[in-house]
Amino acid sequence: MNILVCISNVPDTTSKINFIDENKTFDTNGVQFIINPNDEFGLTRAIWLQQKSGAKVTVVTVGDVSCEAILRKCLAIGADQAIRIDTVPTDGFYVANQLADLCKKENYDLIIVGRESIDYNGAMVGGMLASLLSFPYVSNCIHLDLDGSTVSLQREIDGGKETLSANLPVILGAQKGLVEESDLIIPNMRGIMQARQKPLSIQSPSNIEAATTVEHFEKPNPKGPVKLIDANDVDSLIELLQNEAKVL
Amino acid sequence: MPVVVYVESHNGVIKKAGLEVASYGRAIASATQTYLVAVTFNTDDASILNIHGVDKVYNINTKGDSFFNVDRYSASLVSIIENEKADIIVVSASADGRYLGPILAVGAQAAYFSNVVALPSSYDPLTVKRSCYTNKAFNKSVSNKRRAVISLSSNAFGLKEQPSSAENLEGEYSTSKSTLKVTAVDKVTDKVTIADADIVVSGGRGLKGPENWHLIEDLATVLGAATACSKPVSDMGWRPHSEHVGQTGKPVASNLYIAIGVSGAIQHLAGINSSKVKVVINNDPEAPFFKAADYGIVGDAFEVLPKLIEKLKAIKQ
Ligand SMILES: Cc1cc2nc3c(=O)[nH]c(=O)nc-3n(C[C@H](O)[C@H](O)[C@H](O)COP(=O)(O)OP(=O)(O)OC[C@H]3O[C@@H](n4cnc5c(N)ncnc54)[C@H](O)[C@@H]3O)c2cc1C
Ligand SMILES: Nc1ncnc2c1ncn2[C@@H]1O[C@H](COP(=O)(O)O)[C@@H](O)[C@H]1O
Repeated sequence: MNILVCISNVPDTTSKINFIDENKTFDTNGVQFIINPNDEFGLTRAIWLQQKSGAKVTVVTVGDVSCEAILRKCLAIGADQAIRIDTVPTDGFYVANQLADLCKKENYDLIIVGRESIDYNGAMVGGMLASLLSFPYVSNCIHLDLDGSTVSLQREIDGGKETLSANLPVILGAQKGLVEESDLIIPNMRGIMQARQKPLSIQSPSNIEAATTVEHFEKPNPKGPVKLIDANDVDSLIELLQNEAKVL
Repeated sequence: MPVVVYVESHNGVIKKAGLEVASYGRAIASATQTYLVAVTFNTDDASILNIHGVDKVYNINTKGDSFFNVDRYSASLVSIIENEKADIIVVSASADGRYLGPILAVGAQAAYFSNVVALPSSYDPLTVKRSCYTNKAFNKSVSNKRRAVISLSSNAFGLKEQPSSAENLEGEYSTSKSTLKVTAVDKVTDKVTIADADIVVSGGRGLKGPENWHLIEDLATVLGAATACSKPVSDMGWRPHSEHVGQTGKPVASNLYIAIGVSGAIQHLAGINSSKVKVVINNDPEAPFFKAADYGIVGDAFEVLPKLIEKLKAIKQ
């Protein structure tokens, strides 16, 4: 079984978000980059399949050389090989097309993306990739069961969950629940050493035109100070929420 | 070229998020001097769309396939979009809307914009404002395609009324070759969901343990609110994962968000920031949440909550 896990290189969750170049570019100064948290849940689930049934796990990222650090981390976590498609991603459609072209060359049985990246927040690459390849897609995936060539999956929906089935190849959008936080694999020394020997191949991008262009970024307007209400005076809080904020 | 909105319904009844995309679609149709088409599935009575300015309704009967089938829904919508020659399509930010959007966009050869927070600032080329970096920033994005699918953030536009008398048509439920099948749905029906709620009441580690959650639940009940929690609370199993909100949990875009015993870590705030009004109750005046909130009480949750619940009960009676 061949598994592809798509990895997005994102700013660490505590990063201060700033822009430079007349608000056209994200300021990477002092920012640490991590594996997108949703992708890490997906990678962990893939490693379980590798350990259980010898599946081969490939990780891929569409990005420039600065993304190699997180690819090495994925290899240290246990992925067998890594691919970097050497281009700066411009939008989700562009990324989905690059990934689709890779998938058309290779035969992956299971393709895992994150539910959403925490930088672009498109929640779009998985669905687009599925649509481009005509593969079934399950977003917000919290459970995966493999039985030969059929899979049973669960999707988190508003107020509950849904159970689905499909035939491989399948694309799933990973999130917490597929594995738990405590299941995440922290690379050990041996893993880190081995990762240096594992293949990381660099592929050239396909010629694709992005569907959208970001003109510039904006930060939210600074907020006024909090209105403090005495703990013994909940009446005032209710009054303010009713008459000033008009939300009750 | 008309605007097409996908209006969601649940058990035959149109959801509030569906009326919001209709209101938003109406505003776009008016600005671009065209008409508004709504597409809905298995809706018993679509007449409420006449309050929100819809000119034409396609109601699609899925004939026994009662589950949301993303591939068939997408194919059905694509065929209406093609027939109507629509250029702008709007879906809501519900779990289903966000699932459908990118698949629909590729199917309809459209650009896709998620998390859109306002009306387009230009139509030629289409330019929208969307949130990114988990609500820590916005970007102005331009479409490079003739057609676009917009996924509108919850509560970003609100409900607007404009009377119309819609023409009612029956839409065709398209087939698909996909092997994907929904086999079961397990939904708690008697509770307000975080996605649908106007008010969300959220508890953090400051509540000390699951045995105290009746306070959160009682407050939510009297307010008709959904309940939520911080990440450690769900990690420790005090509450189900589905209640975890924040950067790595569910996004919240309610009108009112009440956080109790939540410190206000950057990852928590990121996910709830787009809520309109934020209230914090915390016994530590230095808790970072006070910097993000509109209203705050410095106090012990175990003293403040019973009083607050009691007063609200008295008012609501
Ligand atoms: C990669 C990553 C992703 C993350 N994603 C998320 C996320 O999506 N969502 C999320 O919530 N967190 C997330 N976190 C965790 C986040 O950093 C915080 O640890 C978490 O939000 C803290 O939860 P808390 O506020 O419930 O607990 P604490 O930080 O322990 O805060 C408890 C608060 O309760 C107050 N308190 C104590 N007793 C009382 C009382 N009697 N009455 C009133 N107040 C009281 C305290 O003053 C304190 O402020 C993430 C972290 C990482 C590293
Ligand atoms: N540049 C990229 N390279 C590889 N995979 C990506 C990239 N960007 C996004 N993805 C994948 O698509 C998922 C959803 O991303 P997004 O649509 O941006 O929210 C991520 O969790 C990744 O799995």
